[in-house]
Amino acid sequence: MTIDIKTLKVEPRRNTFGHIARRLGADKPASRYEEATLDIQATDNFHYKPLWDTAHWHYDASRTAIRMQDWYVLRDPRQYYYASYNIARAGQYQATERNFDFVAKRGLLDGIEPEWRDTVGFYLLPLRHMEWAANMNSTNMCDRGYGTAVTAPCIFSAGDHLAMAQILGRVGLALDGNLGTSLQEAKTAWMEAPEWQGLRKLAEDSLVIEDWFEQMVAQNLVIDGLLYPLVYGAFDKAGQTRGGTGLSMLTEFMNDWFAEHSRWVDAVIKTAAAESAENKALLGQWCRHWLPVVKDAFAPLATRVLGAQQGAAALDEVCAALSKRAAALGLS
Amino acid sequence: MNAPLKLGLKQRYSLLTSGLDWTPSYQPFEKIYPYAEFEGIKIHDWSKWEDPFRLTMDAYWKFQAEKERKLYAVLDSFAQNNGQMNLSDVRYVNALKLFLTGVSPLEYQAHRGFAHVGRHVPGVGPRIAAQMQSLDELRHVQTQVHTLSHYNKFFDGFSEFRHMHDRVWYLSVPKSFFDDARTAGPFEYFIAIGFAFEYVLTNLLFVPFMSGAAYNGDLATVTFGFSAQSDESRHMTLGIEVIKFLLEQDPGNLPIVQKWVDKWFWRGHRVLGLVAMMMDYMLPKKIMSWREAWEIYFTEAGGSLFEDLARYGLKVPKYADVATAEADHLSHQNWATFYQYCHAAGFHTWLPSAEEMDWLSEKYPTTFDKYYRPRFEMWAEMEKEGKRFYNNALPQLCSVCQIPMVYTEHGDHGATSFRVSDYKGEKYHTCSDGCKDIFDGEPEKYSQAWLPVHQIFQGNCGGAGLEDVLKWYKLNLGADNLQQAGSPDQKLWDEWMAAKDKVAG
Ligand SMILES: [Fe+2]
Ligand SMILES: [Fe+2]
Ligand SMILES: [Zn+2]
Repeated sequence: MTIDIKTLKVEPRRNTFGHIARRLGADKPASRYEEATLDIQATDNFHYKPLWDTAHWHYDASRTAIRMQDWYVLRDPRQYYYASYNIARAGQYQATERNFDFVAKRGLLDGIEPEWRDTVGFYLLPLRHMEWAANMNSTNMCDRGYGTAVTAPCIFSAGDHLAMAQILGRVGLALDGNLGTSLQEAKTAWMEAPEWQGLRKLAEDSLVIEDWFEQMVAQNLVIDGLLYPLVYGAFDKAGQTRGGTGLSMLTEFMNDWFAEHSRWVDAVIKTAAAESAENKALLGQWCRHWLPVVKDAFAPLATRVLGAQQGAAALDEVCAALSKRAAALGLS
Repeated sequence: MNAPLKLGLKQRYSLLTSGLDWTPSYQPFEKIYPYAEFEGIKIHDWSKWEDPFRLTMDAYWKFQAEKERKLYAVLDSFAQNNGQMNLSDVRYVNALKLFLTGVSPLEYQAHRGFAHVGRHVPGVGPRIAAQMQSLDELRHVQTQVHTLSHYNKFFDGFSEFRHMHDRVWYLSVPKSFFDDARTAGPFEYFIAIGFAFEYVLTNLLFVPFMSGAAYNGDLATVTFGFSAQSDESRHMTLGIEVIKFLLEQDPGNLPIVQKWVDKWFWRGHRVLGLVAMMMDYMLPKKIMSWREAWEIYFTEAGGSLFEDLARYGLKVPKYADVATAEADHLSHQNWATFYQYCHAAGFHTWLPSAEEMDWLSEKYPTTFDKYYRPRFEMWAEMEKEGKRFYNNALPQLCSVCQIPMVYTEHGDHGATSFRVSDYKGEKYHTCSDGCKDIFDGEPEKYSQAWLPVHQIFQGNCGGAGLEDVLKWYKLNLGADNLQQAGSPDQKLWDEWMAAKDKVAG
C-alpha cells in the first residue's frame, strides 16, 4: 500500500529527551550537539570500584580538585559531536593534502637553504614525539575526566595530535625522499640532543600529572599555548627569508588547528574559573607553576633556532601573549 | 635531488607511526603505565604487534566523514517523511526502546573504556587502534541517540533513557556488565569487550537488531546499523589480534586469558537474553528464532573460531554447552518475566498471538508446547476475564548477572536454578554455575554490586511503594509502562493507520 503520508497531520508529542528538556528549561527542539552530549555519561549507582583505582568510581568527579556544580556547563563553543568533528577535520585535511601535492610538484622544499634545512630537521621533526605525548595526555583527560561535554572534545584532541604527529612524519619523508632517515635522526635528537632534553622531560612529566584538570592546564593551555605560536609562528617566520615558504604550507594545519583548539580550551578554563574562587585560585596556581617550566624547557631550542638574543625575545613574546590570554580567562 | 622512494602502505604507516613512542628516562616506565602489570599479563616485545589497520588519522577522518554525511542525509529524510509510519507494526518500537535504554549507554561506556585502554596499554599500535575505537564508540552512541531522537518525538519510553539506565531494575543487567569490564584492568577489558563481546558475541546483538529493523520497515535504524558495520569489522579484527598477541607473548598468559574468556562469554550470554526475547517475541515480523541465530553465530562461527585458537591452547568457553542447551528456553523465560513485570518496565508487552505461538512451537519443538504455551494460554484466558496478571512480588536477583532468578535448572526444567556462595559471613545468590563461578572468582568485586531489588528494600530508590520507585525511575505511569493494548503509542498508531486508510480511499 503506498499512500501520500504528507497529507496526514503528524504532530510530535515531545521535542526532545527529558534530560535535555530539563536543561533547556522547557521541552523545545534541541540541537544535535545537545542531544549527543548533555548527560550522556552515567552518573549514579555504579556497581564496582575499579581494580585499577579502588579510591574512585570509573566516572568520578573527585579525580580532580576542580569542583563544578554542573559539569555540563563546560560546553564546546565549536559544538562538536562525532559527525561534525570528523566532517570539519576531513575538510581541513583536504587543504593539507593539496599543499603536500603542490609543494612536491613544484619542488618547493628544494629551495630551502641547506643550513636552514638542517635546522628544520632539528627543531621540527622531533616535535612528533611532543605531539604523541599530547595525544596520550588528551586520551587520558578523556579517560579520567568527568562529563561528556568536556571529555568528548578531549578524544577529538587526541585524534588531532596524532594527525599532527603524522603530518610531521610526512614532512620528514618529504625532506628525506621517503627514506625515513630524517625521522630516525629526529628521534635520536629527541632522546639525546641537549636542546631537546628539557622538552622530553616536560613531556614525560606531563604524562604522570595526577589531576586531569591540571593536565588540561599544563597541556592544552600552557604547552600548546607556547609551542604552536613559537614553532609555527616565530620559527616559521625565520624560515621565510631562507626559502621555507613551502614548508609553511605543509604545517599550515597546525596554525589553523591551534586557533580553533584555543577557542575550546579558553571556554573550558574560563567557565571553570568563573565557577568559584577556589577553582580560580587553583587554575591560576597551575598556570603559574607550568608557565616557567614550559618556558625553560623551550629556551634551548629557541636559542638553537633563532640565536640567543632573538630566541629569548621570541620566547618572551609568546609567554607574554599567553599570560595575557590566561589573565583574560580569569587566572591571575 | 633524487626521486622519492616509492613507499608501500605498510611501510609508510610504520614510518609515520611506529616510532612515535620512546623509552622514558625522566619518569619511570611503571609510573607512565601504572596498570600494565597488575593483571599478571606478560608482554615481552610490543614491537611484535602487527597493526592490522594501518589507518592514519587523516584517512580515518576521510572515511568516517563520508559515512556520516550519508547517514545524516538518511536520518534527515526519514524525519521529514515521517518514516516511522512505514513500520510493520507499532509493537516493533518497543525493541528500539530496549536498545536505547539498554544498549546505547554501553556504546558510551565502550568509548570511555577504550580511551582508558588507549592511554594505558604500552605499545603504540594497540594504543592507536584503541583510541580509534574509542572515537568509533562515541560515534555509535551519538548516531543512535540522533536516530532514535525522532522516535522519541512520537513514542513513549525513550525520553528518560539516560536516567533509567542508571536506575531501572532490568537495565542494571547491561549496566553492571559494562561496569564490570570498565573496572577491570586494561587487558581484561580488551578481552571482555574487544574479544568476547565484539568478536564472539557481537553478531548476536547487531545482526538481530539490524535485520529486525530491515524486516520491520525501520530504514533509520538499518542505516545506522550498516554504517556502523565497517567500524565493527575493525573492532573485531582488533579483538582477535589482541587475544592472539597475548597468547603468543607468554605461555603464562594462557590461564589468565582462558579465565577471562570463560567469564565474559557467560556474562555476555546473559545480557544477550534480552536480544533473544526481542527476536522471538518483540519483532512483529520475525527474522529467525534465537535458537537459529545461536546456531549460526555461536555454534558454527564460534566453533571454527575456537578451533583456530586451539593451537594456542585456548579452549571453548566453559558452559558454552549449557548456553547452547538453554537457547531453547531463554527467550520464553525472559518474555514471561517481562510480561509479569511490565507495570515496572519502560516498554510494553503483549501475549503472542495464535500464529506467533504456532511459529514458536515450530521453532522450539522440544520446549515451547511443553513448558511455555500452557502458561501464555492461561494468561490469555485471564486477560479475557479482565484479570490481567501482574506480579507484585519483588524477585530475587542474581548477584552477578542481576537477572531475576527465573531460569530453570539445566536438565530439570521444573526447578528454578539457583546457587549460593558464602563471602565474609554473607550469602550471595547466583542464577547458574556460570554466574557462581564468576562470583567465586572475584567475590570482593561482586559483593559490591548495586542490586536494584536490595536497593529498593533499603529505601534507596524513592520510597517503599512500587509507585514511589517508578516515579524515581521517571517512568511516566500509564504511558511508558503496562501493556501494548491501550497504550498511548497504540492509540496514536491506530489513528495514523485509520487516517492512512482514509487517504488511500
Ligand atoms: Fe559500538
Ligand atoms: Fe564496536
Ligand atoms: Zn546470573
